[in-house]
Amino acid sequence: MSHLTDLPVWAAILVCGLTLLGAAITLIGSVGLLRFTSFYERLHAPTLATSGGVILICAASIICFAVLQSRWVFHEILIIVFVLVTTPVTLMLLGQAALYRDRVKEKRGVPLKQRPPREEPTE
Amino acid sequence: MMELSIIWSILIAQIMLGLAMAFAFFRMVRGPRAQDRILGLDTLYINAMLMLLTFGIRTANTLYFESALIVALIGFVSSIAFGKFLMRGEIIE
Repeated sequence: MSHLTDLPVWAAILVCGLTLLGAAITLIGSVGLLRFTSFYERLHAPTLATSGGVILICAASIICFAVLQSRWVFHEILIIVFVLVTTPVTLMLLGQAALYRDRVKEKRGVPLKQRPPREEPTE
Repeated sequence: MMELSIIWSILIAQIMLGLAMAFAFFRMVRGPRAQDRILGLDTLYINAMLMLLTFGIRTANTLYFESALIVALIGFVSSIAFGKFLMRGEIIE
């Protein structure tokens, strides 16, 4: 642990707090994934991990290695951007697939497909 | 002193992330329907990526960050592929 001893106190406190907070938020998101009852509620829970957890833990890593100046902090920024861009795409596709499957099975409580407004004859 | 506190907080964070991974894995194994399993797998990928980041902070090894990036990328691609398969599979039925 040679590189952590060189860290000043304020940076160490920030790294500790951000890491713990990010892990706690991720844990809360996973507990939500475990406990919610329907799929459409469960779809919301992991976004806590993908936004809050990723940003906070990457921020801790950025602070740690930017203060130490031991390496170039490019990976974390890339990870943040990539995860934040791709998560909504995944979850929207999953929600769409689930809605499609529920409509095929005609489950109750699923919103029906909107029909396009019928064009009324003008004359 | 501060070094020790960082090591302990990273250890606690890793325990929390391990619990989160266990919950996601449980949802993946148990999930009542296919979309629940895919959601569990996606969460498992994200949690594993965060675990790799905490290992990277602790050891200051660049390899961990690169592998975290690759895990995020592969998780995204696999989730998209599974979601597409769900929609196509139902059409064939």
